[in-house]
Amino acid sequence: MQVLQVVISGISQGLIYGLIALGFVLIYKATETINFAQGELMMLGAFLGLTVVTFGLPYWVSLPVAFAGMWLVGILLERAVLRPILGQPAFTVVMVTIGLGFIARGLVTMIPGWGTDTHTLNAPFKGEVVRAGGLVIGMEHIVVIIATIVLSTALFAFFRFTRVGVAMQASSQNQLAAYYMGIPVRRLNSLIWGISAGVAALAGVLLAPITFVHVNMGFIGLKAFPAAVIGGFGSLPGALVGGMIIGVVESLAGVYLPEGFKDIAAYILVLIVLVVKPTGIFGETATKKV
Amino acid sequence: MRFIFKTDYDQDIRLVKHGGQKFWYGMLFLALLAAPWMLEEYFLSQLSFILIYGIVGVGLMLLSGYTGLISLGHAAFLAVGAYTEAVLAAKGWPFPFSLVVSAVFAAIVGIIVGLPALRVKGIYLAIATMAFGFIVEEVLARWESVTGGNTGLIIGQLSMFGWKADSERDFYYVALVVAVLVTLGVLNLLRSPTGRAFVAIRDSEVSARSMGINLARYKTTSFALSAAITGIAGALYAHKLRILTPDQFTILQSIEYLMMVVVGGIGSIHGAFFGAAFLIALPQAIALVKDYLPPAIGQATGLQPTIFGLVLVAIILFEPYGIYGRWLKIRTFFQLFPLYRKGLFKRQKAFMKSERLR
Repeated sequence: MQVLQVVISGISQGLIYGLIALGFVLIYKATETINFAQGELMMLGAFLGLTVVTFGLPYWVSLPVAFAGMWLVGILLERAVLRPILGQPAFTVVMVTIGLGFIARGLVTMIPGWGTDTHTLNAPFKGEVVRAGGLVIGMEHIVVIIATIVLSTALFAFFRFTRVGVAMQASSQNQLAAYYMGIPVRRLNSLIWGISAGVAALAGVLLAPITFVHVNMGFIGLKAFPAAVIGGFGSLPGALVGGMIIGVVESLAGVYLPEGFKDIAAYILVLIVLVVKPTGIFGETATKKV
Repeated sequence: MRFIFKTDYDQDIRLVKHGGQKFWYGMLFLALLAAPWMLEEYFLSQLSFILIYGIVGVGLMLLSGYTGLISLGHAAFLAVGAYTEAVLAAKGWPFPFSLVVSAVFAAIVGIIVGLPALRVKGIYLAIATMAFGFIVEEVLARWESVTGGNTGLIIGQLSMFGWKADSERDFYYVALVVAVLVTLGVLNLLRSPTGRAFVAIRDSEVSARSMGINLARYKTTSFALSAAITGIAGALYAHKLRILTPDQFTILQSIEYLMMVVVGGIGSIHGAFFGAAFLIALPQAIALVKDYLPPAIGQATGLQPTIFGLVLVAIILFEPYGIYGRWLKIRTFFQLFPLYRKGLFKRQKAFMKSERLR
């Protein structure tokens, strides 16, 4: 029974990583670049939600507000910073997003009311517990689980079945060819940054009751990387499965292995995956001979 | 304007291209030799730090600037070098030997970590090195019998064959010698077939492979050399700091080193040292102007990261070749005066192709 409880809490923790990893995967799928500021976007989203709640509005209002606000931020970022370096090597984008992450983390400390303190965001369901046959799971975790599954299904369908989603995948495979086919590559990039920042904001607001809101909450994004890699970068269901695997391994390591292994279990796992199956569980393996 | 009349193929690969370079690099070397007499102890110590960071920069430049790979774990290689040196120095090894062992050890660790990630293209090396960085950080904190854990590991003065570098000046000279040797070594490597292969891989993996370059082998070589050079810097860093704790080798430091390479000027050895000087000077410049800013901004803990981030983004957007690129433009402006045109250094428009479908 104890093992089962550990696994359950591992899965719910893992889906948090999966939720953040969704943001990475979205941007990777559409533009084949990696956004190292994803965790910081999430942090900004959480702070936006916090501000809405401190104005006295209910928690459920803060979700759409944070989503819309961060959507705007994402589009602005794409316009101002990422569009000028469109088509540059991955290295450039990585460095720019790292820089953006630094700026976001720094600016937050200068905004009155946000600052360096740790804030609590009280959700109506906080503290409620669901018991099922001896297993215990917090209501805030259940909300995250439901949100993650709904979001990833919706996004999966978006990429699979809509024209825009397919066009995004095409432009990530070959920008020039996509231009030739009449795909508005820049507008699509703008859109995907908006969506990704919005998803990050949702993640932030949903996580806030679990992890508190503070400047460094974005560092949880560093655990979402291994999740995305294990699932196979560029696969939405992969991000969820990768996240769950990491969550379970982590909580098992926390119980059964010596102290210290819990924090690095995710990273050991990702190194092993790179040795055994570098493309991840759901990764595409198509190769073209030179 | 200087025209070099080439009469020999060797002129193309000569390290010193013309008399002007000979003169100015000679002056630079003399200035560095005379520095201990011209600078106060504090500034001399900062200069030593610039040299050490410059060595890290050269190592990372070889990997990122010349081979086009990203590492987010170079602080871990620095740590491997530093702790190896600390342990060996405590056993009484003379510095040259322990330095070599530190470098070799860092290189071996680099190969073990890099090999799986180097088989796949793209971002995987960055993630593998990042993961490795976290693991090293944790190991340093937990393996208390060797590393001293979070309380730190104290290391003696740099010593070899009965001689001790017990003043700031002595240490500076050791750092200078190592930095010069490493830089010359890398410059030499870059004009050899191996170095050319690195650059070819950076510019296009497909064409490099078509020319018969073994991608995996050269990428691993580059990664191992980069780790080894960082290990060398780590050995010096250990003696400079005198006390090693795990929090000096976190991912933030790794990111700072990457930043140093980008700000200094990606793809040039000059850039590594410009970047190192920038990294040392910026926090001090911030401390100077802090008091003149409004308190909400000036006293915020996030001031330094904000400025670092702003500089990084601005450099990438407006001056992709960093400080060295700007210097090249200024120099060309005066050399060609009045014929300099704005489009002279314009970047070619690039389109991205998928890395998933090779």
